Amino acid sequence: MGWATCLIDRLDSEPLCCVPLQTQIVGWGAFYPVSFALQYLEGRKYVIQTIFVVVALLFAARLFYIQVLDGSYKLAADRNTLQRIVQVPYRGLVYDRNGQLMVQNTPVYDLMVIPREVKQLDTAYFCQLLQLPIEEFRLAMTAAKNYSRVKASPLIQNLSTPELAAIQDNLIDFPGFSIKAHMARSYKTENLAHALGYVGAITPKLLESPKYAKYIAGDNLGITGLESFYEKVLMGQRGVQYRMVNVRGIEKGAFRGGEFDTLSVAGLDLHTSIDSELQAYGELLMANKRGSIVALDPKTGEILAFVSAPYFEPARLSGKGMGNRYMDLLNNPERPLFNRPLMATYPPGSVFKLVNELVALQMGVVTPYTSFPCNQRLVKCTHRHEAPTNVGIAIKQSCNPYFYQVMRTTIMRGRSSNPKEDARLGLAEWRRQVMSFGLGQQLGVDLGSERKGSIPSPELYDKMYGRHGWNFRTIYSLSIGQGEIGITGLQMANIMATIANRGYYYTPHFVRGIGQSGPLPEYQQRHHTNIVPQHFDAIIPGMQAVVDGRGGTGNLASLAQFGISVAGKTGTVQNAHGPDHATFAAFAPAEDPQIAIAVFIENAGFGGTSAAPMASLMIEKYLRRKVERTQWETWLQGDASKFIKKKH
Amino acid sequence: MVGLGWLSVYAASYSPDAPSVGFAGQSFQELMAFNWFKQIIWIGTAVVLMVILVVVDYKAYDTFAYGFYAIVVVLLLVTLFVARPIAGSRSWLELGPVRLQPAEFAKFATALAVSRYMAGINLRHQNWRDQAVLAGLTLLPPLLIIASNETGQALVFGAFLLAYFREGMSPLILIVLAAAGIILILALLIPKLWLIGGITLILGGIFLVNSRVMRHHLPLALSVWAVVVGMVFGVDFFFNNVLQPHQRKRIEVLINPSADPLGVGWNVTQSKIAIGSGGLMGKGFLEGTQTKFDFVPEQSTDFIFCTVGEEWGWMGSLVVIILFMALLMRLVYVAERQKSVFGRTYGYCVASIFFFHFAVNVGMTIGLAPVVGIPLPLFSYGGSSLWSFTILLFIMLAIDAYRKQDLVR
Repeated sequence: MGWATCLIDRLDSEPLCCVPLQTQIVGWGAFYPVSFALQYLEGRKYVIQTIFVVVALLFAARLFYIQVLDGSYKLAADRNTLQRIVQVPYRGLVYDRNGQLMVQNTPVYDLMVIPREVKQLDTAYFCQLLQLPIEEFRLAMTAAKNYSRVKASPLIQNLSTPELAAIQDNLIDFPGFSIKAHMARSYKTENLAHALGYVGAITPKLLESPKYAKYIAGDNLGITGLESFYEKVLMGQRGVQYRMVNVRGIEKGAFRGGEFDTLSVAGLDLHTSIDSELQAYGELLMANKRGSIVALDPKTGEILAFVSAPYFEPARLSGKGMGNRYMDLLNNPERPLFNRPLMATYPPGSVFKLVNELVALQMGVVTPYTSFPCNQRLVKCTHRHEAPTNVGIAIKQSCNPYFYQVMRTTIMRGRSSNPKEDARLGLAEWRRQVMSFGLGQQLGVDLGSERKGSIPSPELYDKMYGRHGWNFRTIYSLSIGQGEIGITGLQMANIMATIANRGYYYTPHFVRGIGQSGPLPEYQQRHHTNIVPQHFDAIIPGMQAVVDGRGGTGNLASLAQFGISVAGKTGTVQNAHGPDHATFAAFAPAEDPQIAIAVFIENAGFGGTSAAPMASLMIEKYLRRKVERTQWETWLQGDASKFIKKKH
Repeated sequence: MVGLGWLSVYAASYSPDAPSVGFAGQSFQELMAFNWFKQIIWIGTAVVLMVILVVVDYKAYDTFAYGFYAIVVVLLLVTLFVARPIAGSRSWLELGPVRLQPAEFAKFATALAVSRYMAGINLRHQNWRDQAVLAGLTLLPPLLIIASNETGQALVFGAFLLAYFREGMSPLILIVLAAAGIILILALLIPKLWLIGGITLILGGIFLVNSRVMRHHLPLALSVWAVVVGMVFGVDFFFNNVLQPHQRKRIEVLINPSADPLGVGWNVTQSKIAIGSGGLMGKGFLEGTQTKFDFVPEQSTDFIFCTVGEEWGWMGSLVVIILFMALLMRLVYVAERQKSVFGRTYGYCVASIFFFHFAVNVGMTIGLAPVVGIPLPLFSYGGSSLWSFTILLFIMLAIDAYRKQDLVR
């Protein structure tokens, strides 16, 4: 037996003292129970047990507080683990009127890297595959590492097809690298860039606006054109998935089995009324020119062609290098980004004589049989023709003095003995009638940034000359579509559609079908002018004579050889900044109009010689699906090159 | 025998909880399944160990107490020179595929040794020599452990003070240590002059209330005051010059968890989030998102209590606390019924070690104690600690089972 066991266990045999020490006041007074306990050590087990229990109670209370009472830890736990993943749906496609695909989505591939998983990389081989300088690779890797070592970040964005092919086959040799596909807009058409618009990343400024609350940084949205106007239907509905993530942000499956997840719904397709072939043909004709062509279906207001020249391919504003190409376009002195049919307002020139005539007829100040002399002292007439003129001859020959006198009778009604006040009253009445054509206001086409144009009011001249500081002589240019009047190419085409319909129009629009449904309701509504239909019958024969009548100003637009009668009007717009702008507006066939068109070519001289053939080629293309008079194409291109040389 | 049955059930009902951590990390299947699998092996070997421990003649523990102690000290020394540093500490001995932490085994060996020594001295007539030997026995292993940079395990030896207290140590030591701890924390929280003023008032108040007795001890009272004030000023020195930076951080974080939110504070914050998100009833077995997705570092070892708190909620935590209390009370009861000083001291040593582990480990997960890297007995993953606690318990059990044979002395 060791010496330890030979001692008698004395302490247990001593009287038990169970004074619960924990009840004593701690302090110097504690010396008494302590000395007490020194004698009766058995009692100390209570001290020890008390310490155990106190700690246990403390823990239980603390746990009750953080687990049951304090809810903040539960929130923190959710913040830790829940990640909201937005699923961006397919953007709606865009078709033309014949169901031909114009805008689609194609996958774009980014090369992603998870730096931590990159092992034993043969950098030289890797860079050689991608045709990538090693310095660039190192920079990109450093950036990726700085972002995160364990999360994937893009190393190279928008891989080209050869790059993709090269890397994809060898991806197995490069652990840590992966290919990520996302959708970008791509174009099956080379035309219509101005109407289609483009898609780009949302700007921080837009993100702040409540209207874009659904978007997050890095999201794409339509910036201009149809992409922007129909953004809501094109984008579809985003799906949201709640994923659980671990401490490194790596996904660990759906939250509660996906109970709160929503599926994404693909965007709706846009079925536009554009005739791709006609559009392409229009752009071909407008090559190297500045101006616009707008062609409408008068029966529906659908836009068939919408050419703004100079133009660019829509694909230039998509994909890799888009930012640079955008800046190139923006800084181009020819301003290709400028949407001329909507935003360029010009005096309409002689085409506007038609509107003035209609207003005069409606107001009863002239009849279809009223004649005026071709009085060259009032205003110069550029055309030789028989006199005196009635409305038919006046339109055919674009007789300035005739329309001067028509306008004068419209304005000067003798409603006031003061001729200046009379002019004010007359102009106000005239303006009211003209505005009923949709002029001087936004038509409401389904693109943004449409200009109103301007139809002058008496107040405008009051401002310029003072009240009663002006009379009819001041404003007579309005009679021939010059002066303080501005309309857009679209409005000009719409005038033609209105005349073709004999008094009403549908708001011009591009989209005639959204998904499975029709156009927006506002495009199914007729807008009537103040002019009664029979007055149109008075001017349409004159318009036909412009094209097909002997000596008509628009003879070059004639399609009589194909049995198509075109009703049109030429215009040559005086321009303070250079050669005259050429315009021609028409509809055809005159008996059953299927197309209304307005051509506006800047600085191209006579409307009859440049704009009229172009319009007729467009009409021929649209109605006959082919163009036989190819000599005119050559002629127009020659004409254009002549002009371009002169300009520069 | 009753105790044997009770403790067996106890161990059996506890240990299976440890693998739950393995299940929880399903996505890291290979790694975690391996840990989980290893833990089962550890449990299996622990069961074998139990049988051996109970079958071995109880007297062997007494007889070979110093032997065990010597072996452990040698192991600690060897570890100090041989071990490769793992996570900054040289405390692991590698034997082929398994790694052992000798510090874990130092606990039971030291407990046996001090119990043996305690049994051999006359407590009535304590002399300085005995006390010095006892202190030396107790302090040698922790010093070696500190040298291997595993301060947490060394602190465990402080738990022996509770056993010594039961065996007659002056309570003054406990009181002074507790007071010192409180003053240290207060000194970090409150401006020093305020603290000194407050202490002066409190001590003065106590002195005046008990003035009849105390006036004979005025010099003593004054020197106590002086020591306290000295401590208050010494805290800064201790804090900045004695503690290592990571230890200093841990105490700072205890006072203000947002002091280092991504560093040391991360553990405490995430641990509190995990436990706090458990609510009253918990998220259910394997449903804990925080622990499952590794938000809590060291969650299968030192922060195992997070899994309990998150998946079983307050009720589950309470059950664990109650079970620990039951174990501790049972240990005290068993210790008290020993007829030998050796058995009783050893019993108290076991209870104290379990208590210290429990208090510090659970305390740190809920932000009540500084982060000290020690496991939760029988819960945490790790073979050394499981073995160590099994040995601690079952030696006690063996001693207890044969206590009646001790009548002849």
